[in-house]
Amino acid sequence: MVSILRRSPKLLSSICRRQFSASSDGNLTSHGGKSMNLYSAINQALHIALETDPRSYVFGEDVGFGGVFRCTTGLVDRYGKDRVFNTPLCEQGIVGFGIGLAAMGNRAIAEIQFADYIYPAFDQIVNEAAKFRYRSGNQFNCGGLTIRAPYGAVGHGGHYHSQSPEAFFCHVPGIKVVIPRSPYQAKGLLLSCIRDQNPVVFFEPKLLYRLAVEEVPEDDFMLPLSEAEVIREGSDITLVGWGAQLSVMEQACIDAEKDGISCELIDLRTLMPWDKETVEASVKKTGRLLISHEAPVTGGFGAEISASIVERCFLRLEAPVSRVCGLDTPFPLVFEPFYMPTKNKILDAIKATVKY
Amino acid sequence: MIPFVRSSSRNLLALLNQNYLYPSLLCSVSESPILVRYDGRWTGSLWSTPRFESTEAVRRVDQLYVHDNDDQELDFPGGKVPFTSEMRFIGESTIQKRVPCYRVIDEIGEITTSNNFTQLRKDEAIKMYKDMITLQTMDTIFYEAQRQGRISFYLTSSGEEAISVASAAALHPDDVALAQYREPGVLVWRGFTLQEFANQLFGNKDDYGKGRQMPIHYGSKQHNYFTISSPLGTQIPQAVGIAHSLKMDKQDACAVAYFGDGTTSEGDFHAGLNLAAVLGAPVIFICRNNGWAISTSVQEQFRSDGVVVKGQGYGIRSIRIDGNDALAIYSAVRKARSMAVAEKMPVLIEALTYRVGHHSTSDDSSKYRAVDEIEHWKMERNPVNRFAKWLTNNGWLSVEDEYKHKTTIKKQLLQAIQNAEKTEKPPLSELFNDVYDHLPSNLQEQEEVLRQTTKRYPQDYPSDVPL
Ligand SMILES: Cc1ncc(C[n+]2csc(CCOP(=O)(O)OP(=O)(O)O)c2C)c(N)n1
Ligand SMILES: [Mg+2]
Repeated sequence: MVSILRRSPKLLSSICRRQFSASSDGNLTSHGGKSMNLYSAINQALHIALETDPRSYVFGEDVGFGGVFRCTTGLVDRYGKDRVFNTPLCEQGIVGFGIGLAAMGNRAIAEIQFADYIYPAFDQIVNEAAKFRYRSGNQFNCGGLTIRAPYGAVGHGGHYHSQSPEAFFCHVPGIKVVIPRSPYQAKGLLLSCIRDQNPVVFFEPKLLYRLAVEEVPEDDFMLPLSEAEVIREGSDITLVGWGAQLSVMEQACIDAEKDGISCELIDLRTLMPWDKETVEASVKKTGRLLISHEAPVTGGFGAEISASIVERCFLRLEAPVSRVCGLDTPFPLVFEPFYMPTKNKILDAIKATVKY
Repeated sequence: MIPFVRSSSRNLLALLNQNYLYPSLLCSVSESPILVRYDGRWTGSLWSTPRFESTEAVRRVDQLYVHDNDDQELDFPGGKVPFTSEMRFIGESTIQKRVPCYRVIDEIGEITTSNNFTQLRKDEAIKMYKDMITLQTMDTIFYEAQRQGRISFYLTSSGEEAISVASAAALHPDDVALAQYREPGVLVWRGFTLQEFANQLFGNKDDYGKGRQMPIHYGSKQHNYFTISSPLGTQIPQAVGIAHSLKMDKQDACAVAYFGDGTTSEGDFHAGLNLAAVLGAPVIFICRNNGWAISTSVQEQFRSDGVVVKGQGYGIRSIRIDGNDALAIYSAVRKARSMAVAEKMPVLIEALTYRVGHHSTSDDSSKYRAVDEIEHWKMERNPVNRFAKWLTNNGWLSVEDEYKHKTTIKKQLLQAIQNAEKTEKPPLSELFNDVYDHLPSNLQEQEEVLRQTTKRYPQDYPSDVPL
């Protein structure tokens, strides 16, 4: 159940099915710097966080030897066991501990081994971290807390190594939710999360840990939170997504273009609090909106985006908002290709929306 | 602060009686600091005194709780507590003097005790041995199948074969097993076939879990083996609920929860133990302490003397055993079972063993532990070899039989893999079934849409899933 991405022909075929693009023509753009994959970019961000703030800590299950996805490689050697350490196997403990550490003015960077295992910590996140500042009248806060967790489908993770639980956390005022789509984004956004004055849940697309490679500057840089990014401009329809799903959506945009449909693709990046203005401006221009995510469609964050945009753009919309998402089932092993919001499902929805 | 009162005081007696007479005054300590919550049965029945079978345990408790010969006592909810004028902290750890480990067979296969174990019949002993060999052979072949990319994931019981097999042998088939994931030996013992194992690993239409979960997440209603779930520790409080039901139904059966050392750090472990003790649930908690939780060693997992001492904290009868000694496991589980069922109580067993293999096929344990440590446990402390020595000393083991068994199992396994691989996957409808008891309208609609999509884009979908 560890390093799920390693050596399985089954996985490779399923990735091909998802038609992932790791090339630089896609949403992985060139920024200069060293070419690296997503886990190395995370690793670099953690190095920088520990280097630049002596009151920063990295901890979680198995982080000492580098973590099951290698994101914490080399940190113990460099910064010592007091600042980088394995915790006992207890997610509620990890987050509760992180809240306390952060409340004392530290940068607590907690790792939950898989997003699927964040639920034992749900109470600490929802009732504690999220309300720490508010309930104390801003006497106390745990803004230094960042919770990292790998999320999403990888081809053979089944129920408990595939989930995308972001919507649960978006429903909690006081928590920020951030999901990067590429190595460059991961490094810049993670550093912003770590240095943000609010508790953040940072979901990492584990499918991309090794697969996504792009140039990432080696220096210390941050990318803004709560700012969506238009990664492909278009005029007929706006597509909104985040994380690993963007590469699938990008493929659909490319295919739609062949049919003469011009798609605008937006990476939301921060899901909460989200950048409504960028999405609104785009939808006012295109008149159409499609949202896609891996999590089940019902009650997913797509529902929130849809409702908000209908409120703001009702008279500008030329078609109902479309959602292409995971099915309302647990994440299924052998049925994964059926469950997933595939490129062709998105392409069909683009066409249907434009033709409406 | 709560102003505590002493039971030796006549006034208190009066007060308590008063409270008893006027139930409206009964309130919890937090509501009213002076009044002690009481239900009238104050002669000690509320204080669930731990009953220890072993004199060693009693002796240890006595050391921990020294008190003056002062006849004054604190009458506290739950029972009287003696006062002491000595300020004395209970030590943080008993690690210097560790709880000993119950063993029956030594490394050369000799019995070390004359009568402190349960005699095994020859046929039982041979079945145990054969099942351990089956488990080993399964592990070798399925591991290899994963390496070849035929299944996506696997995880072995290497080094821990004795725990699952010998404990299952000591249980009744009616006892409900809730495993973590490294206990397929229980299923082997209960007659789950190699074909059934292979079907789950390949997620084909004959897999009882309908191909929905990752490999190794077995489950079989027929074998009283609840379906494995990856989130660690969740089965522990569930086992207590199952045990409570067995007790209410007056069944001659108990629940058995298996888990690793790492899992004892999860909240669910503590929740489960406490509930079990308070409810008097007939449940056996079997901890496989194999030294590691992926890369985290037990030294990083807890500072207590392992897991066994935690039972006492919750008021649970507990024992530490040699997890690589099949006869010790068999004897201890036998005894634990009879206590759990007859006396309606939980029992905690900590079996010391070692995870000889990598955590799983996704792990490379050479990154975090010494090879000679693995070798030592694999060779010198091998549980299957040790049991074989004892069987040989008894004159019960025939080399020829063993060889025949190994080759038969190997053949059967290869056949089972072939069959499982050839068998088609569960049909698409199984993606939607069982989310609820009946298919709600949102899923009906999603199924219809999906079927249309699969017709338009057949290339997107695996050909082995019937539509
Ligand atoms: C709630 C939860 N957190 C984390 C994990 C990831 N994980 C799977 S196995 C494992 C180690 C378990 O160790 P232990 O309980 O000692 O069992 P062993 O593997 O040694 O048999 C971890 C951390 C998980 N499955 N569930
Ligand atoms: Mg373990």
